[in-house]
Amino acid sequence: MSERTAKNAAKPDASYGTTLTYVSGFVLSLALTMCAYLLVKRHVANHHISPTDTFMVIALSILALTQLVAQLVFFLHLDSESKPRWNLVVLGFAIVIVVIVVAGSLWIMYHLNYNMTPQQQSNYLLHQDGGV
Amino acid sequence: MSEETVQALHPTPAQERREADNKTVFGFWLYLMTDCVLFGSLFATFVVLRNSTFGGPGGQTLFSLNFVLAETLILLTSSFTCGLGILSARRGHKDRVLVSFAITFLLGLAFIGLELHEFNHLYNDGDSWRRSGFLSAFFTLVGTHGLHISTGLLWMGTMMVRVKKAGLTRLNVRQLTMLSLFWHFLDIIWIFIFTVVYLMGIVL
Repeated sequence: MSERTAKNAAKPDASYGTTLTYVSGFVLSLALTMCAYLLVKRHVANHHISPTDTFMVIALSILALTQLVAQLVFFLHLDSESKPRWNLVVLGFAIVIVVIVVAGSLWIMYHLNYNMTPQQQSNYLLHQDGGV
Repeated sequence: MSEETVQALHPTPAQERREADNKTVFGFWLYLMTDCVLFGSLFATFVVLRNSTFGGPGGQTLFSLNFVLAETLILLTSSFTCGLGILSARRGHKDRVLVSFAITFLLGLAFIGLELHEFNHLYNDGDSWRRSGFLSAFFTLVGTHGLHISTGLLWMGTMMVRVKKAGLTRLNVRQLTMLSLFWHFLDIIWIFIFTVVYLMGIVL
């Protein structure tokens, strides 16, 4: 009995976080932001040659996604949500939609550009120039 | 019957109130997720148009790395102080709530000030939303985020007045909870604007 009351008393605190979770989230986010910043600074200082562009895009994406997870856990406390985890389910659904919209748009537009012949492209640009 | 079953069948008024508050906060979370889809479509527009500069300047010439780092650090710190504020609200420290949200408010104001400065600078240099597809997409995406931040500041201002007048009532704490969700959400969106628009704009 006493154990259960203690558990119940601790529960709201756990799902809302403590000062420690906010501080760790803040420090982690700061570190990830500075990593991304220094990486780009280095890339610019090396005249965009090293690290390569592909490496930069992948590294920056990983840093951003890590920070997303860090903030979801430490600031929004999605890890300590009680079951059923509806907040997490809706977030997952939103992420699926966003990924479909972004990746789908890029895919379609890339192929649209790719499938235009150079002649078509220059005609298109010429008309755009004249039209404006 | 175990004590737990009895509790589940006959919730106390306090439990019922907490249950109702959780439902309201969940409804607000649903709104945030639809907002997430809105930003997703704006990000899609931006990444498609990011090279359509129509002979105008691209991200490499327009964006300053140090300036955008300052904006990011300010918003990140405001997200942190907002978290401390909601923590104090749960513990019933009214003064600390007011101080934390006042700091959050000022940081948010500094952020929006920097953003308006950047927009004004771009506009005066002739690089407005009319210049190219890239700049239209840029102003729409970053401007929508800025509009959200401004709305958040308005909400924060009214909440501070309400907390000062009525104290940490159940309604006020519930509102502060939703406000903090909103603010953390906007910081998360900004991470992606920082990365996709600015950093990748400077790199590529």
